Amino acid sequence: MIIRRRELLKATAAATLAAGLPHLVRGAETAGVYDLERFGNARILHITDTHAQLRPVLFREPSVNLGVGAMAGQPPHLVGKAFLDRFGIRPDSADAYAFTSVEFEKAAVRFGRLGGFAHLKTLIDKLRADVGERRSVLLDGGDLWQGTGLANTMKGADMVEAANLLGIEAMTGHWEFTYGEQALRDNLARFKGEFLAQNVFLTEEAAFNDAKAFDPASGRVFKPSTIKDIGGHRIAIIGQAFPYVPIAHPKRFTPDWTFGIRDEELQKLVDGHRNNDKVEAVILLSHNGMDVDLKLASRVTGIDVILGGHTHDAIPLPITVTNAGGVTLVTNAGSNGKFVGVLDLELTKGKVANVRYRLLPVFSELLKPDPAMQTLIDKVRGPHVADWSDKLASADRLLYRRDNFSGTVDQLICDALVSELNAEIALSPGFRWGLTTLAGQPLTMEDLLSETAITYPETYVASMTGSQIRDVLEDVCDNLFNADPYYQQGGDMVRVGGLAYTCTPAESAGKRISELKLPNGRHLESGKSYKVAGWASVNQQSGAPVWEVVARHLRAGRPANRDAPGVTLKGVDDNPGIVRQG
Amino acid sequence: MSITTSEFSGRRRLVLKGAGVAALIGLGVVAIAPQALAANDKYPEDAFKQKGQADAIKALYGKTAEPSDKVKMDAPEIAENGAVVPVSVTTTLTDVTSISFLVAENPNALAASYRIPAGTVPSVANRLKMAKTTNVTAIVEAGGKLFSATKEVKVTVGGCGG
Repeated sequence: MIIRRRELLKATAAATLAAGLPHLVRGAETAGVYDLERFGNARILHITDTHAQLRPVLFREPSVNLGVGAMAGQPPHLVGKAFLDRFGIRPDSADAYAFTSVEFEKAAVRFGRLGGFAHLKTLIDKLRADVGERRSVLLDGGDLWQGTGLANTMKGADMVEAANLLGIEAMTGHWEFTYGEQALRDNLARFKGEFLAQNVFLTEEAAFNDAKAFDPASGRVFKPSTIKDIGGHRIAIIGQAFPYVPIAHPKRFTPDWTFGIRDEELQKLVDGHRNNDKVEAVILLSHNGMDVDLKLASRVTGIDVILGGHTHDAIPLPITVTNAGGVTLVTNAGSNGKFVGVLDLELTKGKVANVRYRLLPVFSELLKPDPAMQTLIDKVRGPHVADWSDKLASADRLLYRRDNFSGTVDQLICDALVSELNAEIALSPGFRWGLTTLAGQPLTMEDLLSETAITYPETYVASMTGSQIRDVLEDVCDNLFNADPYYQQGGDMVRVGGLAYTCTPAESAGKRISELKLPNGRHLESGKSYKVAGWASVNQQSGAPVWEVVARHLRAGRPANRDAPGVTLKGVDDNPGIVRQG
Repeated sequence: MSITTSEFSGRRRLVLKGAGVAALIGLGVVAIAPQALAANDKYPEDAFKQKGQADAIKALYGKTAEPSDKVKMDAPEIAENGAVVPVSVTTTLTDVTSISFLVAENPNALAASYRIPAGTVPSVANRLKMAKTTNVTAIVEAGGKLFSATKEVKVTVGGCGG
């Protein structure tokens, strides 16, 4: 692909690859896009939310990512042109393709796939070799073990091998917990790095029953933090797992553990490292989500940088947050292996004197896959690939997931649920992982699993009243648009099929959803019961896994439903978190 | 531990009598002994029967509370299980004589009330059943005055996390 490579090299001389922090000196344009100017004396590499994507991916960033209240118009709630303008990225550049949804289909053909662990390995090894032995550390922000059929089948064991080969030294978690305690502990026993989580504690009952804990006195289940020696400098890395695991997922996976944001415990930990361990820098490796991290940075003092994930926001530059103790920088490093965050710290006189941060897009075409990692990927995929490579159908249009309210891949899933399970209405979770397929490309079981592979995939058919359906929509909508980020869970709005509604994101809880209508134009009646199909319920269900239902639908070759998703938005006219059509 | 609706009011009474050990173990809390309770006061049945928060506070104390940053309440932003929401209170106020918990939109707002004997560390941890997303208020009675802290606790159907 020589032409594509040339296109990329021409188009990557854009702002992000050469930009440092505002107020800091900008690096000179570099010869190769991944030849970074040397800066500082300790390098921290950060990947997050790779969702087990061992191979290079197409992943379209959102065209709807609304912020409300104080978050309106602020990163990460910028999309399209507003995003490009904010970060100084040229519209037709490779960076524009990596960071936004602008002209995605055209650009995907031009610039190709991103990520892939063999390509990540090559890039990470180079970034580490550039600074020399023991002068860097590699961190993973979680959602490493879930997102593919392979990872789901192997309960993440494939990703532990890949993580070891990649050289991940510390990680935290989210979907990792959905394999349950035993699988998690088995994987961690083979993981060469450390699993850090300051905010996971035994429940009172589990503590009473002497359940296993890293620190029985405090009830902390995992080691909360570690101190790394990077180039002779002591740096504390604190892990922050996703705070709402037992709420967002079935509680049966983590019955003995209780989570939460826990910023008071975090403050004590930071103070301890500062005062007793005499560290020169404190880094929070967080799976809070970016809005939560921004609020946390304003409340907790003494953290130099929050390396964030969960909300899959690819933000080229750190956001500076002022708090009572000084300043904390907040980053978010995208998803699916598309990016590597490079944080260079200049440590002098026992503290951080200056920093430079870059979020490098991992253009697979520009990186030679690492042979050892490629061999490992081929080995772990080998036993399953034959079962999953049959073509189920061709994509009838661009299939993607990310947007606040709907995605074409979720419309397809909802169509399958309604039609295969004879339901009137379908509900499908608003996950932010799941790959993108271009129109006309074949869809295999492996592709379908990359949209649906979870440990609770069972479908259900239930009778729900109109008011119950409305309550579900309101509840999930508040998880997304509560004006206080600490009350948000991340994830996007539940997707619906067979139902149209109006949403006013800036309203208060219980008042956002209105005008619920069935396809025949009739209003949903509060007291009437409707047949609803769905999957990924937090309550135990017994229906067929959703991928079987969707595969059946695709194999039957039913005509694609091209109805636009019936969500009408109110009060977002001037919001730069939405790309307007036309 | 889950509490069914029928056990609900009975359980509150048990906690009040100092028998709610499961909720109090290991937290440095001394619940009042039954005989002391009997000597001090009778069960405030009327306060527990009130629907609204203001009426419950009035029935229990006969006065209103003012917000104070000396009342430190620890409660989750989002409950992991609405049936057993861990809520705890400590305070730097002196001369504390009682600590009470109210859940604004529960069918009956007053959830628990503890008498704090002289010389006891004013720290209570308990678990409250919550019907839905609403404010939880802790009231500390100190030196004959009422001080409060309030936090919204969300009770959600869950699911759909990124």
